[in-house]
Amino acid sequence: MSGAVQADVPTTFAEPPPLTRKPRRIERLAEFALRVVALTSIAAIVLILVFVAREALPVLTSEIVQREVSPRMMVAPITQADGSSDFVWQPVSDVPKYNIVPLVLGSLKVTLIALLIAGPFSIAAAVYVSEFARRRQREIIKPVIELLAGIPSVVIGFFALIVLASWVQQTFGTEHRLNALVAGIGLSLAVCPLIFTVSEDALRAVPDSYRAAALALGSDRFQVITRIVLPAAMPGILASFVLGFGRAIGETMIVVLASGNAALVSSSIGLSTRTITATIAQELGEVVVGSPHYHVLFALGALLFLSTFVLNFMGERVIHGLRRKLGMA
Amino acid sequence: MPTRPLLFFAVAAALALGCTRTEESKPAPGGSAAVPAVAPDKSNITIKGSDTMVILGQRWAEAYMKANPGTTVQVTGGGSGTGIAALINGSTDICESSRPMKDKEKEDVQAKRGAAAVETKVALDALAVYVNQKNPLQEISIPALSKIYLGETKDWKDVGGKPHAIVLYGRENNSGTYGYFKEHVLANKDFAAATQTLAGTSAVANAVKGDLYGIGYGGIAYLEGIKALKVKKDDAAPAVGPSLQTAQDGSYPISRFLYFYTAGEPTGGIKKFIDWTKGLEGQKVIGDVGYYPLPSGGVTTPAVATKDAG
Repeated sequence: MSGAVQADVPTTFAEPPPLTRKPRRIERLAEFALRVVALTSIAAIVLILVFVAREALPVLTSEIVQREVSPRMMVAPITQADGSSDFVWQPVSDVPKYNIVPLVLGSLKVTLIALLIAGPFSIAAAVYVSEFARRRQREIIKPVIELLAGIPSVVIGFFALIVLASWVQQTFGTEHRLNALVAGIGLSLAVCPLIFTVSEDALRAVPDSYRAAALALGSDRFQVITRIVLPAAMPGILASFVLGFGRAIGETMIVVLASGNAALVSSSIGLSTRTITATIAQELGEVVVGSPHYHVLFALGALLFLSTFVLNFMGERVIHGLRRKLGMA
Repeated sequence: MPTRPLLFFAVAAALALGCTRTEESKPAPGGSAAVPAVAPDKSNITIKGSDTMVILGQRWAEAYMKANPGTTVQVTGGGSGTGIAALINGSTDICESSRPMKDKEKEDVQAKRGAAAVETKVALDALAVYVNQKNPLQEISIPALSKIYLGETKDWKDVGGKPHAIVLYGRENNSGTYGYFKEHVLANKDFAAATQTLAGTSAVANAVKGDLYGIGYGGIAYLEGIKALKVKKDDAAPAVGPSLQTAQDGSYPISRFLYFYTAGEPTGGIKKFIDWTKGLEGQKVIGDVGYYPLPSGGVTTPAVATKDAG
């Protein structure tokens, strides 16, 4: 509605000079259209945030929800019948249990594995492409790695489920065929192109004068890269990790297919694991709207949203600070 | 320039409020003014629900559309719970369900659609217990199976297999198969936390196919490349394999009906379709897909037809 009102603005305010009347109007229209598009996407994000928060809030406020699950019950261990205490996620049960600890740990575990695998690979590739590769090699390698980002995650997930899982079990002898490691490797395929591209851009952005100066002072190539180029590009590389973390922790399809989705609390990477995203994807389809289970799932969504938001924000600050320190702002 | 962000947030806030209001006002009319339960003489029928039944539904739809040109039957899956929710919301004509509706869900149908949920049994399914082809085990009792899925029995050697940790596969908790298994095998206790929940019976079957020590459960139609254990009702009872005969005479302990649900008695095109699925041609399709036709006693409409279908 507000959009329709605004649509009249450019025509009433247009006061183009006689000679350039036509192009100016088009320009203003174009500018307006672009602004609407830009604001729409921001508005969409704000609206989604409002929606998620509104559906998540009853976990804290609604008495009906609190009767079944309190915020404390979502994090504190549950004492089992046999006396042992455990973190249990069993929302469909005579006594529903909504402990989010296994899910949060599962998400972090899978994401960490993905970053540990994708990080070194991507940065090494980025160093090679920006510092060593000839122009023709670069023109082949970079687009091919970036092509990985274009593979739909469901395809990566299916590949992980069918091929990777068997290979991992045979090679590492993992207890479960579908496990955190398989999901992590699958995720790393999705994260690699992101870390690679952003890091490579950061490395290329380091001025050649730095390299020239270091070489002139007698450094060898290895020293130039480890002492000069990598530190100078560090803000960009950190940014790539932050983006990669956000991508990995929010990824759903790969983990649904490849992780086995058993809500276990374990430090073993050979056991099945259940992430926040997979839980929401698997359970939100059926859940009764307005039930405690429904609100808890939205609370999980809000948690995911908030954590990536805070992390991106902090990453942004750190990067900004580092950039200033390096005099590159 | 400083006014721009303000303007934007005003717009966003207005939109947000707008949304809130429409969403809040929605349930009220839905609750009081009942949506006409089943439109008469429909030539466009939508079916939604159980993943177990989605292939069956699609085969029925194809055969029915071939026999009745001009009629469209759309079939989608998503799980029994999803289908029931769709029936409650009025976004599907027929809900396919692999479990009977709960009382709460029937109340919801009555409240939102203004008509009682009507149940029609359309087929029989034996829930098979899957193990890998190479697993030496041939049979299992329900109490032993229950202990395995509750996490109390952790090793194959405790049930007569080769010593190795058992790997549990199951369905996600919106599945009718999950609900059925939990109720009939686990006596409503919780699955072991180590149970891996996979999306769809074919995913479970596939996982067991690739896992020497895996165990899974699901429809009888998914036995390609895996083995179904014979099941004993208790330790003393005879071991019975899933088959047409054992499912129909009830000697196989974990067989179940597959259902159609409608809001109100089906009428017009929908009634015609449901009657057709229970008739000779419809019941023949069931066998092709891998489930079992209704035992003749359970059919109220053309009883003669189903006898032939076996």
